[in-house]
Amino acid sequence: MKKLKLNKDYLITYGMVIGFYILMSILKGTGNLSSLFSGLLVPICVYTILAVSLNLTVGILGELSLGHAGFMCVGAFSSAFFSMCMKDIITNSFVRFFIALIISALVAALFGIIIGIPVLRLRGDYLAIVTLAFGEIIKNIVNILYVGKDSDGLHISIKDSISLGLKEDGKVIINGAQGITGTPHDSNFTVGIVLLLITLFVVLNFMNSRSGRAVMAIRDNRIAAESIGINISKYKLMAFSISAALAGVAGALYAHNLSTLNALPKNFGYNMSIMILVYVVLGGIGNIRGSILAAAILTVLPELLRGFADYRMLIYSVVLIALMLFNASPKGMEIKEKISPSRLLAAKKQTKEVQ
Amino acid sequence: MAMLDVTNLGISFGGLRAVDAFEVHIEKGELYGLIGPNGAGKTTVFNMLTGVYKPTDGVIKLDDKNITGMKTTQINQAGIARTFQNIRLFSQLTVLDNVKAGLHNGYEYSTVAGIFRLPSYRKMEKAMDEKALELLEVFDLDKEASLLAGNLPYGKQRKLEIARALATNPKLLLLDEPAAGMNPNETKELMDTIQLIREKFDMTILLIEHDMKLVSGICERLTVLNFGQVLAQGKTSDVLNDPEVIKAYLGE
Amino acid sequence: MSFLNYLINGVSLGSVYAIIALGYTMVYGIAKMLNFAHGDVIMVGGFVVFTLSTRMGVSPVVAVLISIVVCTCLGMTIERIAYKPLRSATSLAVLITAIGVSYFLQNLALILFGSDIKLFTSVVKVKPLVIADGQITITGETIVTIIACMIIMIVLTTFIKKTKAGQAMLAVSEDKGAAELMGVNVNATISLTFAIGSGLAAIAGVLLCSAYPSLNPYTGSMPGIKAFVAAVFGGIGSIPGALIGGILLGVIESLSKSYISSQMADAIVFSVLIIVLLVKPTGLLGKKISEKV
Repeated sequence: MKKLKLNKDYLITYGMVIGFYILMSILKGTGNLSSLFSGLLVPICVYTILAVSLNLTVGILGELSLGHAGFMCVGAFSSAFFSMCMKDIITNSFVRFFIALIISALVAALFGIIIGIPVLRLRGDYLAIVTLAFGEIIKNIVNILYVGKDSDGLHISIKDSISLGLKEDGKVIINGAQGITGTPHDSNFTVGIVLLLITLFVVLNFMNSRSGRAVMAIRDNRIAAESIGINISKYKLMAFSISAALAGVAGALYAHNLSTLNALPKNFGYNMSIMILVYVVLGGIGNIRGSILAAAILTVLPELLRGFADYRMLIYSVVLIALMLFNASPKGMEIKEKISPSRLLAAKKQTKEVQ
Repeated sequence: MAMLDVTNLGISFGGLRAVDAFEVHIEKGELYGLIGPNGAGKTTVFNMLTGVYKPTDGVIKLDDKNITGMKTTQINQAGIARTFQNIRLFSQLTVLDNVKAGLHNGYEYSTVAGIFRLPSYRKMEKAMDEKALELLEVFDLDKEASLLAGNLPYGKQRKLEIARALATNPKLLLLDEPAAGMNPNETKELMDTIQLIREKFDMTILLIEHDMKLVSGICERLTVLNFGQVLAQGKTSDVLNDPEVIKAYLGE
Repeated sequence: MSFLNYLINGVSLGSVYAIIALGYTMVYGIAKMLNFAHGDVIMVGGFVVFTLSTRMGVSPVVAVLISIVVCTCLGMTIERIAYKPLRSATSLAVLITAIGVSYFLQNLALILFGSDIKLFTSVVKVKPLVIADGQITITGETIVTIIACMIIMIVLTTFIKKTKAGQAMLAVSEDKGAAELMGVNVNATISLTFAIGSGLAAIAGVLLCSAYPSLNPYTGSMPGIKAFVAAVFGGIGSIPGALIGGILLGVIESLSKSYISSQMADAIVFSVLIIVLLVKPTGLLGKKISEKV
């Protein structure tokens, strides 16, 4: 009975994503989608994947992470680097991008483990600030990293591109703050939706497995989880690194949608981490479908507000504050209770029963 | 040889000697009580037995295996499960999932199998569901299986905690004030349940309790702690009639 | 000798961090919230002085005083509108609201002043101090910053120790419920804390802009985060911790900029924070918390 309801709930989530894909494809095919909006389709996939994956850390594991963009950054750069190296060797873009995706997931997961081992010992706000610090460090290091390739192989420097000492035939792949230029445009909306579906599949199935149960048990009561023999560090690290790996995948999707990739505060800094957290909180902590909706709506919202020109981000911030006050304050919840459709429905049902 | 052998157990917090020279020997299948006034160090003993605190000195042996200083997780795997004085359930998980979390080490399959729903996932989850429901039935909780644990009434939360502890398939069960906050009827019912699990699962039980009716009703032997030291030890009726014990409880 | 120069610069920058960190730490101690908008109050303070002093020619002292008043009122208004309704909500909800407030302030400034960098005229008129035959120069800004930080620390510590309102702050940070039962006006105390924190942010803003004379709507953001790091570094909730954390952070930043790499300075600052927290999980002067079983 309960299982059935659960599965139905998940089917709605998958259905929603597929429905969105079909709708957008039809609109695009019939020429009814503005170029502005069609340019948002891949970013929507990127941000929904990020939101769902962060929800695994914040909602399922119950730890506040402010460094999610760092994992996205790692995934973006590792995959773009791979694609740049293999541009002329693997010409089939599908195969190349597939391998790039796997690399992005693995490298981000590795960073998740390296960072998770020390960080997950901390609690609450301390954990939040340290993840923020790690995210900033990653961004900072990427900005001073120079990697070039010539017939001798790879050259790495943290000074400048000249000190790479490349031969005549060599070329700079990662050029410090200028990042990577000329990444093959391997991602598109379809790939994005498939990756989103895979992310959903991984997160939802993980939640409903033995390991996911262990993770949620730790979230609800660490001491009790220990007392029934659950290995706390192992499962915390597992959830954290899966979350990181998925963020890495989002990074690969992001990188292969742009011709120039560089690590700026606005795409890989703490501001982005916070933005993703906003999606998760507004969508409901632990609510996967909510994360998708919030991320998609909030990605589109600033564009919809474009008519307001300079005022759009101001309106955006006011909407954000108002939404939080409405969703989380006792007064807001009271109003919400009054106007919620399920309550109205229940009231109707009650009057019917009385009749 | 006793199942649980504790010799000369002691712990200090800073300069404070919370428990000193604690000894207890519990035989297999026994129902043993640990009593004493508030602050005597009873829960501290439990915390040492389950690895929450590391004892400063002394030896704890379970079935002749030295488990002193092991981690909580390892001690549970070695065969000790417990409940808590202030209930600690996984309140956002369902009643069923609380027990299934307790089955965590008994029914293993890999994370990959879980994500990709491989046959081992289906087989094990089915077995876990059956086992968990069987346990819930013992505690008359099977009808609430799909409720969130946090929404259960108080008395049922206490029972669920015991069910979850039993799910780890322990040799020894530690109950920390199982009757706290219960009315006389609920306490009576709890006494029956404790007797039942002891017989049904052939369980050895050590419990902390303040309710003397419960203690004298079901415990065969008792240890009385006072100011961190053993005041008396022996058959329940003897201990409860010991003038020293009466003095500790009622004052001069 | 250049080492001494770098060190003095570091102490000066650290003093600014310390003043900002004080605001963070006090608000955290009392409201248990990470006030992400705190850094943007610094920016507001800077813009008020910029408008009054650089543009309208008001005397710097008056401009600074007005800026303090504006920021104090701003802090109290933010608390009243955005945070107070969420007092019983989860800390995460408050955090997101604070982020919303931060966006709001940044974008308001963007509309009012534009995104271009403004040249800020220093309000400090103290002459630089030249010692050791001109090998060491201490700028007027540095002298004023360090003195201001010391005065603020002393005044604040005395205020908390000696006054009723200060004691009320301690009580509320220890246990809000118990404080209320003892007759402490919790709402007023929280409001006062925001007022003090924001007033300090205004001072920090002016000092920061005087030493690094560029101002735009995002000026407060990074110093805000760094001051937050400083507060955590010293042990969040602890006032001496904020001072030590702030100054250490400033010195580390200044020295790594000079000796290692200016691009790596931020990464080094954050790495030191991580190392400190791994060794002492609640910061240098933070209280140890343990859960009772």
